[in-house]
Amino acid sequence: MKRLFPILSVLTAIFLAYALYLALGKDTPTDAQQGDVYRIIYYHVPSAWTAFLLFFINFIASIQYLASRKPATKTAAKWVVIAVGIVGLVACFLPPVQRLLPVGLRPSAVATTVLLIPIFYFVIGKYFPGDNLDVLAVTTAEVGVVFCTIVLVTGPIWARPVWGIWWAPGDIRLTSTLVLWLIYVSYLVLRRFSNSAQTQMLAAALAVFGALDVPLVYFSIWFFRTQHPQPIIGGSSGGSIDPRMLHVLLISWMAFLCFAFLVCWSRFRLELLHREIEEGHAMESLVGAAAGASLPLGRSSR
Amino acid sequence: MNAVKFLVAAYVATWAIHGLYVGTLVRRFSRLRRELQETKASGFRRSAPGFPQQD
Repeated sequence: MKRLFPILSVLTAIFLAYALYLALGKDTPTDAQQGDVYRIIYYHVPSAWTAFLLFFINFIASIQYLASRKPATKTAAKWVVIAVGIVGLVACFLPPVQRLLPVGLRPSAVATTVLLIPIFYFVIGKYFPGDNLDVLAVTTAEVGVVFCTIVLVTGPIWARPVWGIWWAPGDIRLTSTLVLWLIYVSYLVLRRFSNSAQTQMLAAALAVFGALDVPLVYFSIWFFRTQHPQPIIGGSSGGSIDPRMLHVLLISWMAFLCFAFLVCWSRFRLELLHREIEEGHAMESLVGAAAGASLPLGRSSR
Repeated sequence: MNAVKFLVAAYVATWAIHGLYVGTLVRRFSRLRRELQETKASGFRRSAPGFPQQD
């Protein structure tokens, strides 16, 4: 394990450098309308996708944590998640439900996303038992906020030369992303400054509600007319991306996913270490208090 | 082209944010390691799951 982390770090650094080379390389075509500035897409979009994935993991870990408090709730949650997976999968292929989907959104893509809920639920439950669920939740929230910050910083930098403005007030994609960022920042602030015994439960509940903003952010450009461009992958006709650009975009996302994994790994270990030290301090205080209380008794018995 | 400076700014900003965050993690790690040594010295050290041992 000690050697694995440096090896993976070096491999990830090489992967990121390769993604950067592709993103700025001559082999990747330049956008006819935007010129080279469009290449911001190779950092902006993968960062957004990574942030969504991390918030999704945070959502699943938070539900698991809330459900694991009572055995009956845990069993009920397990069956609810299985039902969501099966019903969601079947529903995506029913004509009345398909008519509700926006034009260009493939039912198979929705079905795959719905299936990820039970898959992630059981995988996370298996590998992160007990309080590790809470550790995973805080880890993914923090790293997710970092990636979401990058989205909110690179977005306006891209918008300025293309739209002529830094920010489009009232645009639902931009506003909902900012709200998402604020929700998770408040989640981290709650965890950082609250000393209540209920903090972990409250944070988990906040995370569950916060995650509801993720589909709103994602689908806002499908359902509403926005300043933000319409989907370029799997979107309606006219919004397709050059396969060479898509290739670089996916390579870039994979590189950022590897990087996010390493950062999450470090943050996870940091949180475990922090909790262990807190436990040590608590024990110290407890023993100190007990020694203080028994001291007069010890003197009187002599 | 003038727009290229925005491209450079976006890439630099991305790595500046990642660099700052990783730097914060490193600083927190070293602070906690120091605290762990102190706690260890006071005799309340347990095995640290998922954390490489110091000695």
